[in-house]
Amino acid sequence: MASDVKTKEGPVSPGTVSGTSGSDHGRLLDRIFRRFTVASALLVLVILVAIALFLLQQALPALRQNTANFFTETRWAPDDTPSVFGIAALLYGTLVTAVLAMTMAMPVAVGVALCLTQYTPRRLARPLGYVVDLLAAVPSVVYGLWGLIYLVPKMVPLSAWISTYFGWIPIFTSDGIFGKSIFTASVVLAIMVLPVIAAVSREVFLQVPRENQEAALALGSTRWEMIRLSVLPFGRSGLISAAVLGFGRALGETIAVALVLSANYTISAHLLTPGGNTIAANIANTFGEAGTIGRGALIASGLVLFVITLIVNFSARAIVARRRDFTAATT
Amino acid sequence: MAKRIDVSDLNVYYGAFRAVEGVTLTIEPRSITAFIGPSGCGKSTVLRTINRMHEVIPGATVEGKVLLDGEDIYGSEIDPVNVRRTIGMVFQKPNPFPTMSIYDNVVAGLRLQRRYKRSELDAVVEKSLRGANLWEEVKDRLERPGAGLSGGQQQRLCIARAISVEPQVLLMDEPCSALDPISTLAIEDLMQELKERYTIVIVTHNMQQAARVSDSTGFFNIAGTGLPGKLIEMDATQKIFSNPTEKKTEDYITGRFG
Amino acid sequence: MTQGTIDVDPLHLATRGRLPRYATLLIAVGCALVLWVVFALTPAQGRADFLVALVLLFVVAQFLVSYFVEGGRKARDRLAASAAVAGLFAALLPLAAILGFTIVKGLKRLDIEFLTHSMRNVADSDPGGGAYHAIIGTLEQVAIATLFSVPLGLMVSIYLVEYGRDRRFARLVSTFVDVMTGLPSIIAGLFILSLWVLVLNQGFSGFAGALALSVIMLPVVVRTTEEMLRLVPAALREASFALGVRKWRTVVSIVIPTALPGITTGVMLAVARVIGETAPVLLTVFGAASINFNPFSGPQESLPLFVFDQASLPNNTAVDRAWAGALTLIILVLVLTTAARLLTSRSALRGR
Repeated sequence: MASDVKTKEGPVSPGTVSGTSGSDHGRLLDRIFRRFTVASALLVLVILVAIALFLLQQALPALRQNTANFFTETRWAPDDTPSVFGIAALLYGTLVTAVLAMTMAMPVAVGVALCLTQYTPRRLARPLGYVVDLLAAVPSVVYGLWGLIYLVPKMVPLSAWISTYFGWIPIFTSDGIFGKSIFTASVVLAIMVLPVIAAVSREVFLQVPRENQEAALALGSTRWEMIRLSVLPFGRSGLISAAVLGFGRALGETIAVALVLSANYTISAHLLTPGGNTIAANIANTFGEAGTIGRGALIASGLVLFVITLIVNFSARAIVARRRDFTAATT
Repeated sequence: MAKRIDVSDLNVYYGAFRAVEGVTLTIEPRSITAFIGPSGCGKSTVLRTINRMHEVIPGATVEGKVLLDGEDIYGSEIDPVNVRRTIGMVFQKPNPFPTMSIYDNVVAGLRLQRRYKRSELDAVVEKSLRGANLWEEVKDRLERPGAGLSGGQQQRLCIARAISVEPQVLLMDEPCSALDPISTLAIEDLMQELKERYTIVIVTHNMQQAARVSDSTGFFNIAGTGLPGKLIEMDATQKIFSNPTEKKTEDYITGRFG
Repeated sequence: MTQGTIDVDPLHLATRGRLPRYATLLIAVGCALVLWVVFALTPAQGRADFLVALVLLFVVAQFLVSYFVEGGRKARDRLAASAAVAGLFAALLPLAAILGFTIVKGLKRLDIEFLTHSMRNVADSDPGGGAYHAIIGTLEQVAIATLFSVPLGLMVSIYLVEYGRDRRFARLVSTFVDVMTGLPSIIAGLFILSLWVLVLNQGFSGFAGALALSVIMLPVVVRTTEEMLRLVPAALREASFALGVRKWRTVVSIVIPTALPGITTGVMLAVARVIGETAPVLLTVFGAASINFNPFSGPQESLPLFVFDQASLPNNTAVDRAWAGALTLIILVLVLTTAARLLTSRSALRGR
């Protein structure tokens, strides 16, 4: 912190420096300002803790009324008497859609990132990058609307085709009705998380030191081999954080899924059949009609989602931190 | 094995800018040739055209011929990937692959060609590391990351990696400039051993190093800023350093500029 | 020489066979022709489907041709290149589809009536009605959210950059901010629902929505302003201290103005992000059919919420309204985002 204001010898006229009104006054302002910033920082911590506390506080009464096991029950009827609700189906849907979305999005996103950093000419790469980033700016409700009106009808013939030729694989069997299924929701989610993963991956690939790329080329590698030898290994931890970022987004996405899934409360391995639900979509769909206990139940499910997001976030940090020891810094 | 290089009327461009003009020189097999000259005169650029690394830079082009034992490496039928396998390179800043072990670093180039049995690879690793004078120091920790070595060791690892694919020519772009004097001496000794099997071309800023190590020397210079670099004189090292033909060469050798 | 491991005279391997330059084009045209025939004979149709099938077929065909003519390594190299480009295409196609659809369908109902009327007394199946109340709601909610989150976020990032270097508390705060960025927006909604609407019994209002939106905006503002503040060279601060200027004054009069273009960009991007948030608003503002100019009492509507409500209805007129609302939303978001990007490329401090 600045000490007593003492202008050094030099042509600084009085009045241009703040301390002329007295060093104590200035010092006090300094301290107040600093305290203010610390208080703001503290508020961030308080908010996060408050989130957990308030959610818990609202969830408990409903949980106490619940006559079923919250974690294993699939039915959702909290406002009935007796109150029965559980997140089993919701949890299943949340995880399955997120995992499916990541499986579809990750290779494409890495492909996009590689394309923009390695294959497209520099002049094109930047504007194309902006365009891909635009995908991230589209609000989720627009994704949901588009998914509902455009993708769902398109998914019907596609799902029928998959079911006909790949129906022997259990996840693809169906009874002939397609459309608003977990598969469709996962496709929409995949498109939504793609730009996030691609943007982070691009940053990562741009950081690969030229020396390593040149070393690979000088050994007589093709461009792909060079990418395999120097770009991808270097970017491994960055890709992991990108994946986690995308996964977290997919877990919490509400509106797009709410519009595209035809909600029910079943756990089904058949991905092409309509049905399924996620925690977030369930909240959006049933909030309007929920009674007091219903609301509490929804908040309880939200609390579970919160915890899952925290776990995912922190494990990613742990993975990245541990890998840092392995990617030894070169000279 | 080691091959002869004939460069004929080489012009090197970065986009529209001509960086090097009309270079013609010959590099004898099994010898060490040094390129010397002040900064920015094109010595590294010319070096990188010999293994077709120059064209990796976007917009960079090359005109002229570079013959490897009579075969033009810039021929339209030739794949640069094969050229770079035949002509190895060691860079100024040691660049072992950081996520790979010492063992994997050495055989990285080999593995690109085809699958090898573990025993074959073991033999190559030992041979290359011995050839780079690094075997004794690392033979007990081949599985450790390549980036965990000292600067001089890393550079020798890069040399081992380069020679493991049995190149015809070895190009070295200021290989010792990032190293301490002791490592530098070790690498210079290594070069004398290597020249018995390979043709070596080295770019160096250090005139004394060129005088110590090389058999022939080429002096490059640039007439003025913005003008292309040229090969002023190329001859036996003895002659260049005691009795050069060109005035500019003599000025540079005696330290009047550069 | 190690026996048999190294090929002699590898330069001649080059003449194993290389595909001529025009091969790529030839293969592409070939695939297009094949698909054209397939599409003509089978029930498959649709421009987008054709494009997708063409790209996939091309990638496979090129790999196979290259494999037999040029060998495995070169074939894999080509495969990687075409797969990467196909990936880019896969990312751009949905974007084009979404934007195209929204524009075409939204223009149908994006008229003066839409922008100046609410849904009051308009039944779902009526062709009229508009989003005026939703637009007002969104503007008010986002404005209040910005008023809250920007000063607060700026203060937090000032702490992190100017005062908190190497302090454990600062690292803790930074971690928590990171966690907050990953927070699903619906959790923010649930939080304000619990805290403000239920416990403090304030009921649904635009203000509650603004609170939820600020919870989402806050970490975004902190991160972007932090990045901008870090870009201000240390030398600038030191020059100020050397003149005897107090720290707080340095920050306020020198550091912030220098970083201002970047900070503005960050704020614009944060606004663009929350303008489209539906979930937190759903839970706190609840939605309404009529205009409510007062954000502090009574439910309001918001634009994304409007789109969601209309999209969930089975009537065509409702869906048309939903598309118009979506188009309005996209225009707002795109204008903000593009303006922010343009600003960054002109500012004195280039971050990315």
